[in-house]
Amino acid sequence: MKKRNLAQRTAFLLIGASAVITFALFALILGYVLIKGMANINWEFLTTYPALMGREGGIFPTIIGTLVLTGVALLIAVPLGVAAAIYLSEYTKGGIGIRIIRFAIESLAGIPSIIYGLFGFAFLVTFLKLGFSVLSGAIALALMVLPIIIRTTEEAIRTVPDDYRQASLALGATRWQTTSRVVLPAALPGVVTAVMLASGRAVGETAAVWLTAGGALKLPFSLHDPTRPMTLHLYYLAAEGLSLERAYATAAVLLVLVLVVYSLAIFFRQKFGMKRR
Amino acid sequence: MKKNSVETPSTHTIHKDPGARKEKTIHIVLLLAATVSLLALFLITAFVVGEGWPVMVKHGPLNLILGTDWTPSRLSFGMLPQLTGTLLVTLGALLIAVPLGVGCAIFLAELSSEKVANLLRPCISLLAAVPSVVYGFLGVIALVPLLRSTFGGSGYSLLAGSIVLAIMILPSIINISEDTLRALPIDYREASLALGSTRWQTIWRVLLPAARPGIVVSIILAMGRAIGETMAVMMVTGNRAKVTGALLDPGATMAGTIGLEWSYAADEHSSALFALGTFLFIVIMLLNGVAQLVTSRGRVSQ
Amino acid sequence: MMQSAKISVQDFSLYYGAFHALKKISLGFPPRSLTALVGPSGCGKSTLLRSLNRMNDLIAGVRVEGRVSLEGSNIYDPDVDVVPLRKKVGMVFQRPNPFPMSIFENIAYGPRVHGEKKRSRLQDIVEQSLKSAALWDEVKDRLDSPALKLSGGQQQRLCIARLLAVEPEVLLMDEPCSALDPIATEKVEELVMDLKKKYTIVVVTHNIAQAARISDYLAFFYLGEMIESGVTRQLLTNPTKHQTEDYLTGRFG
Repeated sequence: MKKRNLAQRTAFLLIGASAVITFALFALILGYVLIKGMANINWEFLTTYPALMGREGGIFPTIIGTLVLTGVALLIAVPLGVAAAIYLSEYTKGGIGIRIIRFAIESLAGIPSIIYGLFGFAFLVTFLKLGFSVLSGAIALALMVLPIIIRTTEEAIRTVPDDYRQASLALGATRWQTTSRVVLPAALPGVVTAVMLASGRAVGETAAVWLTAGGALKLPFSLHDPTRPMTLHLYYLAAEGLSLERAYATAAVLLVLVLVVYSLAIFFRQKFGMKRR
Repeated sequence: MKKNSVETPSTHTIHKDPGARKEKTIHIVLLLAATVSLLALFLITAFVVGEGWPVMVKHGPLNLILGTDWTPSRLSFGMLPQLTGTLLVTLGALLIAVPLGVGCAIFLAELSSEKVANLLRPCISLLAAVPSVVYGFLGVIALVPLLRSTFGGSGYSLLAGSIVLAIMILPSIINISEDTLRALPIDYREASLALGSTRWQTIWRVLLPAARPGIVVSIILAMGRAIGETMAVMMVTGNRAKVTGALLDPGATMAGTIGLEWSYAADEHSSALFALGTFLFIVIMLLNGVAQLVTSRGRVSQ
Repeated sequence: MMQSAKISVQDFSLYYGAFHALKKISLGFPPRSLTALVGPSGCGKSTLLRSLNRMNDLIAGVRVEGRVSLEGSNIYDPDVDVVPLRKKVGMVFQRPNPFPMSIFENIAYGPRVHGEKKRSRLQDIVEQSLKSAALWDEVKDRLDSPALKLSGGQQQRLCIARLLAVEPEVLLMDEPCSALDPIATEKVEELVMDLKKKYTIVVVTHNIAQAARISDYLAFFYLGEMIESGVTRQLLTNPTKHQTEDYLTGRFG
């Protein structure tokens, strides 16, 4: 009896320790970046152009770069992903073709961002001659977040009770009327979650954008201009030792943006009672 | 077509009318959207493999994999340094992250109160959101100097890569393992406790074995993430393309080499990076396949 | 009974994969009257009901043989569109299933999907339908509040009102009171008694007393077969088949 209690006490101690270590580590990481970074963030930093490759000045064009890349990527990926999710959950009962499509979606979700980068570089930048541009970067990002949107939307659609569909169909509504007027509105919080998760991923991505959007430190005025998002700017600042203060500040801005977006995603998901993934 | 759909309600027929064409069109549009993923996977495969093909043919895949010398300026593309580097960094990361992650999952699912778990869980989701370049940045300013002062050397090392990666993959291990533990029927716990087992014996002998498929999937997915990670690893490992077994040595990974060299690589060097990408792609697809297999088998057996 | 039927089934069989769920059923449903389908659970009565507006199409692996005639046309003909069919042959489900929308939007849903856009016309339809479903007085001041806030009985009458708004000709009801308390049940029964003056109604119920109260005709099902059918009062007092008698006297089911 004593031995068993000792084993349990030791095991629980280790488990408790692993939890404490994990959360302490995370608190340390987030706290460190935010505190160090916040000290260097001011209005001027957010709204002025960098000088001397980023050694001086602000990060205005990279904030715009991040927002534009993410925005255009979502414009491409959200309609495609939601439509695909609708097809998979409402329009088909399975079969070999659907299994292959699902395999493709799961695979896309696991492919590392550097591969999306290589692909974008070879196909979008070079083969389609889109060049290093907002468009190339956004398409690469869109493909990357597509599986997130499809999975999350599908999950949301699946939580819509079948009663609603039956009631609508029994009133003589068509499949599409049922989907667009009853099922999608009921699944809307889940779709919002999907969009938030996708934007969080897009905002935080570096490698895929690096190989496709170039990295020019100026404002993009068209889809064909190159651009540099905050993530890439942070990499240059840190790896080339340009300015530690500005690196901290950039990391903090990036972190705040990503955390806000993910918090919204978590909020909508919990409100909707969906499963975590 | 618009005219038709307005008139339809007044006609008393149950037979098909031309308005049904709209439904057909929508059906096809949705189907096309669903096939975009398949098309994307096909194009990614075609272009990554296609660009790497010339180097594969010229040197032969085996020579590439087994070659120990990576010197692009001499057109020598032995990839063993990157392969072993990737393997070591990944194994090191798993060695740290799996015990911590599974321990954390047990804590959240079995030991902590619901209140504490509900408070901690969103934190984990948020940590999954931290961009990899931020982890790399922290690695450069905090971890590398720490390793340098503790073990000597430059601090840029495979070990630094392992530690950064371990932190990055922790959230997904915790999430999936905890989900799996929570999904186990309460009967298992009751049955075991009713036989006079302690809570720990129940966890160790009943719950963990029952949750094994889910935990294995979480580890495989984490492994895929670790193998493919670019920015954070590239920033802290030192990127020296030499075969080494020592975790404290600097080293290079497949993804890291691509990230570091793509911007100035030309011609054959560029093709070699795509060949490296092809190997990376193959490894990831194999892992994906295994993960999907384990998941579907787990579903069948439940 | 066959000739004057609004809707009728002839030699109708249905299979779920290999399972033979309905065996060569022939039965007619006369207009402006209520026919009740009764029998122990699993006897096929709900399956038959759902065959009358092809809601069974939604289930994978279903196969049918025979005819279901709606005013002479077979609804299983390949050129039949289920959408206008279901508009004509509407259905009320076991569990009340209002949409997560306001009361008004619930009723307006049907007319809208069938092309009605004018607000004033929709308002008329909503009012008329709610009055026909005897719900108007209870909800007229809160048409914009969520339908899911109504009580179970009110929700079911709302679903009936929602159905009436698309001007169906046949009403199918699948145990419409089984999820309701006795008072709500009484209200729905009153409503149904009123509606059968205008519509052809088919009700599935496991409650013989209810069938006796509300139905004009009765059909008894057992293990996928229709054992017998006829005028309700006659069949209840004078069943000709022993299975019917056993069921009525409570020996099984």
